[in-house]
Amino acid sequence: MIESVVGLKDLFRPTTGMLYFVFHDGKLKMKNKIYPFYFSVGAIILYSLFMVIPGLLGFYLSFTDWNRYSSEINFIGFQNFALIFSKQNYWHSISNTIIFTVVTIVLKTVIALMLALLLSKGLKRFFNFHRVVIYLPAIIPMIVVGIVFRSILHPATGALNEFLRGVGLDLLAQQWLTNPNLALYSVIGVDTWKGIGYIMVIMIAGLQVIPAEYYEAAQLDGANQWDEFWQITLPLLMPTLTVTTMLNLLYGLKVFDVVWVLTNGGPGYATETVYTVVFKEFSKGRYGVSTALSSLLFVIMSICGYWLIKMMHSKELET
Amino acid sequence: MEACPLRKPILTLDFQEIIVLKIKNLKSMPANLLAIFISMVMFVPIYLLIVNSLKDEFQARAMGAELPTSIHLENYSTVIEQGKLGVAFVNSLLYATGATILVVLFSTTTAFALSRNRSPINRFLYFFIILGIAMPINYVTLTKVMQATHLINTVVGIIILYAATKIPFGVFLIYAFIESIPKEIDEAAIIDGCGPFTLFSTIIFPLLTPAWVTTAILSFLDFWSEFILPLYFLQSSAKWPMTLAVYNFFGMFEHKWNLVSADIVLTILPVIVVYLIGQRYIISGMTSGAVKG
Repeated sequence: MIESVVGLKDLFRPTTGMLYFVFHDGKLKMKNKIYPFYFSVGAIILYSLFMVIPGLLGFYLSFTDWNRYSSEINFIGFQNFALIFSKQNYWHSISNTIIFTVVTIVLKTVIALMLALLLSKGLKRFFNFHRVVIYLPAIIPMIVVGIVFRSILHPATGALNEFLRGVGLDLLAQQWLTNPNLALYSVIGVDTWKGIGYIMVIMIAGLQVIPAEYYEAAQLDGANQWDEFWQITLPLLMPTLTVTTMLNLLYGLKVFDVVWVLTNGGPGYATETVYTVVFKEFSKGRYGVSTALSSLLFVIMSICGYWLIKMMHSKELET
Repeated sequence: MEACPLRKPILTLDFQEIIVLKIKNLKSMPANLLAIFISMVMFVPIYLLIVNSLKDEFQARAMGAELPTSIHLENYSTVIEQGKLGVAFVNSLLYATGATILVVLFSTTTAFALSRNRSPINRFLYFFIILGIAMPINYVTLTKVMQATHLINTVVGIIILYAATKIPFGVFLIYAFIESIPKEIDEAAIIDGCGPFTLFSTIIFPLLTPAWVTTAILSFLDFWSEFILPLYFLQSSAKWPMTLAVYNFFGMFEHKWNLVSADIVLTILPVIVVYLIGQRYIISGMTSGAVKG
C-alpha cells in the first residue's frame, strides 16, 4: 500500500521521506521520530524518583543509625538487622505477616474459587447482579471497612455476637479483637471478606476461557461433576490460580490499613505486621530500623514481582 | 387466516423446553439461594451504615440492623460541619482527579512509545516500569526524597506521589491494548503529515479510550481509598483527604455511631457511584493481564 503512495518525488518531501525510511529500511533513528523517547520520560522520572530511588536508598540507610534526633548518619553494619531478628516485637511482626499472608492466600483462593464456580456454573439468572454485589467490598476504602467491623466485632454490642447469641451459639461469641490469640484471625477474616470479590472476578474470567467442548466430551465419557472439576477445571485454571496467589501474596506482605484501623497492632504485639512496625518506628524517629525492615520487604517482594511478570509474559507468548 | 406450517412443532418444542427449564430451575434453586445469601453477607455492612446513619445517637449505639424509629437526616449536616468534611471531600476529589489525569497522560504516552518501538532498551524500560506493580514503597526513605524535592506536605507533592505509584499498572494495562491498534494507522497518519504529537493526540489517544477509561476508573478508586501516603506525607489536617478525616472523626466520636455512619456513607458514596457506572470497565481491567487463556 505504501509503495503505491510513495513516489520518487515524494522521497524528497520531509514527512513521506521519513516514513519511507522507517517502514522500508527500519532505521531506528527514524522510528524514534514517530515514537519519540520523550513520550516515556515523564513516567520513567516519576516512577524512578518516588519508587525505585527510595527503595535503593533504603539498602544503604539500613546499615546506618539514621534517626530524627541527630543530623549525623553513621554506618553501623548489620546492627539494625541483628536487632530485627533478636527483639520480640520485630520478629513477631514478621511472623504475623507470614501467617496473615499464608492464611489469606488459602482462604481467599478456596472461597473465591467456590463462589466463582457457584456463580458461573450454578446460576441461570442474576449472574451479573451477584458479581457486582460480591465485588462491592473491594472498592470500599479499607479504613471504612475497618471502622464498620470495629462495631460489628464489638464483644458486647456487636452485630456478630448478637447474632451468635440470637441463634443460641453463645459459646462462639468471642472477644474478637481484644483476645490476643484470636485478634490476628479476626483481622484475617475481615480482610478475606473484603478481598474475595476481587479474586472471584479474576477466577470467573479464568473459568470462562475454558472451552465448553471439554466438558461436553467429558460428559459423553460419563464423567460426573466431581471428575470434571478435578480433571478439567482445576488443571486448566492453574495459570489463573498462580496469578491470584501471587496477587494475594504481594498484597498480604504489605498489609497495613486493615490492621491499623482494627487493632493498631495490639493487643500487645499480637497483630503487629511489618508495615505497622515500620510506621511506628518511623513515628518514634528510629529511621534506621524502620528502613531495614522496609528493605527486607523490598527484596522479597521485588523477587516475587519479577517471577509474576515473567510468568505473565511467558503466558502471553504461548497464546 | 392460514396457520404457519412451522408453528405447531415449535409450540410443542416450547412446551417440552418449559418443563426441562422448570426442572433445571428447581435444580438451581439451592445455588440461587446460596448466591443470594452470600450477596447479603457482602452487603450487610453497607446496609448497617445506611440505616444507622439515619438513627439518633441512642438507637445507633449498638449499630443494630433494625430500621430507624425516626429519620434523622440532620446527622449528615452535623457531620459535614463538625468533621470538616467539605474540605476533606474537596481534597480527596482534587488528589484523586489530579493524580488520575497524570496517570492517564503518562501511561498512555509511555505505553505507546514503548509498545510501538520495541528496541532492546525500550523492552528493558517496559519491564523496569511494570516491576513497580509489585514493588513496595519504602515510605521511610521516600520522606528523604520528598524533602529533597520540597514536595513534602504539599498538594502538588501528594498528587505526583499518588500518580507515581499507579503509573506501572497503567503502562501495563495500556501496553497490551496498543497491540490491537494496527500500525498502518500510524503510517497513514504520518503520510498525511502528522507529527508524533498530532498522531498521538488526535488518532491514538481516542482509539485507546476503553483502555484509558479502565485505567482511570481503577486509579481513581484506589486514590480515593489511599490512606498510607497521606498518613506519612501530609501533616497539616487542612490537607487531609476523606480517609484520614474519617479515621480522625472516628477517633473523636467513637461512640456516636449515627454520626460515624453518616460520615462513612458520604465517604463511600462517590466510589460506589463510580463503581456502578464503570463496573464493566473495572471487571475488564481487573481481568486483563491476569487471565489470558
